[in-house]
Amino acid sequence: MRQEGLLRHATTRLLGLVPTLLILITIAFFLIRMAPGGPFDGEKVLPPEIRANLDANYHLDEPLLQQYFRYLGQIITGDFGPSFQYKDWTVNELIAQGFPVSATIGGLAMLLAFVLGTLIGTLAALRQNSAVDYSVMGVAMLGISIPNFVVAPLLILVVAVYAGWLPAGGWDWSWQRMVLPVITLALPVIAYIARLTRGSMIEVLHSNYIRTARAKGLPELLVIRRHALKPAILPVISYMGPATAALITGSVVIERIYSIPGLGSYFVQGALNRDYTLVMGVVVFYGVVIVVLNFIVDLLYAWLNPRIRYDVT
Amino acid sequence: MTPTLHIKQLLVCSLLGLVACSDQESDFGRPLEQRSHPVDLVLLEDGRPDPSVLAADQVVRRGNGEEPETLDPHHALGVPASHILRDLFEGLTAESPDGELIPGAALRWNISRDARTYTFYLRRDMTWSNGDPLNAEDFVYSLQRALDPATASSAARILLPIQNAREVLAGELPVEELGFSLLDEFTMQITLTGPTPYFLGLLASPVAYPVNRKNVEEFGDQFSKTGNLVSNGAYVLKEWKPRVSIELEKDPNFREAGQVLMERVFYIPSEDASTEVKQFRSGELDWTNEVPNNQFKWLQKHYPDELVTSPWMGSYFLGFNLTQEPFIDNPSLRMALTLAIDRQIITDKVTQFGEQPSFALVPPGIDGYVPFSPEYADWTQEERDHEALRLYEQAGYSDENPLRIEIRFNTSDNNKKIALAIASMWKQALGVNVTLVNEEFRVFLQNREQKVITQVFRAGWISDYNDPYSFLELFRTGHGRNDYGYSNPSFDALLDEVGTERVRARRERLMFEAERVLMSDHVIVPVFTYVTKRLVNPRLKGWQNNVMDHHPSRFMFMLKSRNPDIQGEQQ
Repeated sequence: MRQEGLLRHATTRLLGLVPTLLILITIAFFLIRMAPGGPFDGEKVLPPEIRANLDANYHLDEPLLQQYFRYLGQIITGDFGPSFQYKDWTVNELIAQGFPVSATIGGLAMLLAFVLGTLIGTLAALRQNSAVDYSVMGVAMLGISIPNFVVAPLLILVVAVYAGWLPAGGWDWSWQRMVLPVITLALPVIAYIARLTRGSMIEVLHSNYIRTARAKGLPELLVIRRHALKPAILPVISYMGPATAALITGSVVIERIYSIPGLGSYFVQGALNRDYTLVMGVVVFYGVVIVVLNFIVDLLYAWLNPRIRYDVT
Repeated sequence: MTPTLHIKQLLVCSLLGLVACSDQESDFGRPLEQRSHPVDLVLLEDGRPDPSVLAADQVVRRGNGEEPETLDPHHALGVPASHILRDLFEGLTAESPDGELIPGAALRWNISRDARTYTFYLRRDMTWSNGDPLNAEDFVYSLQRALDPATASSAARILLPIQNAREVLAGELPVEELGFSLLDEFTMQITLTGPTPYFLGLLASPVAYPVNRKNVEEFGDQFSKTGNLVSNGAYVLKEWKPRVSIELEKDPNFREAGQVLMERVFYIPSEDASTEVKQFRSGELDWTNEVPNNQFKWLQKHYPDELVTSPWMGSYFLGFNLTQEPFIDNPSLRMALTLAIDRQIITDKVTQFGEQPSFALVPPGIDGYVPFSPEYADWTQEERDHEALRLYEQAGYSDENPLRIEIRFNTSDNNKKIALAIASMWKQALGVNVTLVNEEFRVFLQNREQKVITQVFRAGWISDYNDPYSFLELFRTGHGRNDYGYSNPSFDALLDEVGTERVRARRERLMFEAERVLMSDHVIVPVFTYVTKRLVNPRLKGWQNNVMDHHPSRFMFMLKSRNPDIQGEQQ
């Protein structure tokens, strides 16, 4: 019964992906075309003969609606087309190169943030209103408030330039080059998760079943681990869906400052350069990632929270 | 002191550049042309540096700005790609470290009396990086490919002086009708539509580089990828990791491989100038693409030997929209605004990068041309402001009836700072009320082009080739970038004459006259001319500042230490 419900839930969600993406593609396609200027408009104006050749080459001379349907037909086969800006690469190649990098850094950052965040949050909740609580939460507040474009250069300056322990930027899949970007990305998330955990942990600790558990004389650690932690991290889990999507699809700021070849700056560069195919490719890819991650969060939620689980069936 | 020591000292002085030997103070306060060249190196008799001063590893890591858009020379437009392609390929002509034209694949050439036909005699000992022989046919094939409408290259714009180029690009004539003819295996002719004095320089740009026909036909649009690309320059492509690095390796097949000291070149892309500086400071780069303006003072203090600035062939100016009020038919108002800017303050206090205050369009140092200098260039700012106020009032404005205008610019910190400074100077000297409007680049360009809502706007130009004509033609009636709406028949007539004039001195006089006409019409407000600025490892030698900012790696070499001989003598 429960299995079946979950399966049905999953299928509906996955089917819902198709219209969502279609709407996303349509809006994105026409939005970027509405932006003034095109991929070949630069400070140096092209002679009309050359302009005509370029437009013909990229089918920009066709009516917009025809281009739209051409694009739809193309992406059904999984082909995002050639990039306007990076002429030697297709958008598929660029995403295939950029995503593993972003996903690695973002995934590691999420992992770090989850472990540290829940740990710190729990600690603060257990010592509520103590010096530990205030100092940990104070630091967490700082972590949220200081933007990463301040943290990143500071970290580079201290760790790479002055101390010389780690490289200042660049990418070669070595752990040395991952440390700083992962920490920078994780910091605000750690802080946020810690605050979420603390809040809900305090609530859970005041609930009746925890009082019962304590009354039965269970050791405090066991009470926390077995009874309090699971319900307390529920809000964290629902936050993690969109947060993970944001982290693993790359951050423009982090990529610029650390010179990381991730996915994030393709989005911005693509939009600024009016690289229609690249922007579209990244948008569609983002869309899929977000929908899939939300779906996974739903499943996790159902697993962690019996109340939801029974609602499904 | 023995004579040998003198020679040694001379060598050391030149090695370090004059700065290090005279005194340690940086020379940024001095005018650019008086600054020392960082790379005067006394060479041995065979024209090479003494091997004992060379580092064991001849590797250079060059920060290169944005990721190159392509390594197909016929499609490459951007500066980052052109740096890499100059190392990978060689055109009929090439450039020496100081930016002068030197023979490339062509050993010599003749130019016909009407200056329209160029005959190139190619070297006979050239091969591609895969060992195939390279001859004139390769060049004809490649130039045809670049201009073929099927290639759809935007860079082909540069080759328009070639006979029938426009018709071929428009699809009206086949590529065979282009002005190329093959006289024999190693001799070719190029015919132009009209005399083009800068044509030899164009041939040194990527769009005129040869590509290997077999290579292109075998791999199609994948031919520029790692492992596929066959090239004819001093280096071959070893590995291209997008947005990580592009690694080049010396090509043993290159005709002058014996002269090339630098064994490996890394081009490291970077979207952020401050990251580049940090990478340089932690020793990961030997050469940055640029340095951020806000760090200039700090770098000047802490990295005086590494920080290098040099004039560049670009101008920064503001443009007037001559098709709309208040500037239509109002030269005295335009002149007033031109006069009432203290350029010295802008370059010294605002941009702070050793830019040169400018009173004309063309930057100095372009192919020997001396730009026009108006009378008021020699006035004091006080005199200029005084005259500006007189003209402003003559145009009907006053404190009671002030001029209200917008300065429009594309969003950037630097543009904003400059616009702010100019706005406050106009306010102070004349009482003008200025609104600043910033726009995203392409929106800005479109507004400029439409000439409807623009009044005063940021403009500027960085030349494609070493010739003042590149600047002047922007103001021709109907030019695609004539966003000023400027149209002066006598200016156009002068440009027509420039286009057909063969005698260099006369041509320069015509260009000077055209610039004078333009400046007397007050179409633009010149502000300053650009400089290039970067950090360079003091051990890296063999390169020189030049107005093109072209620095082929094949002339570079890395010294063992910053100061090898002095250390020896101190012991």
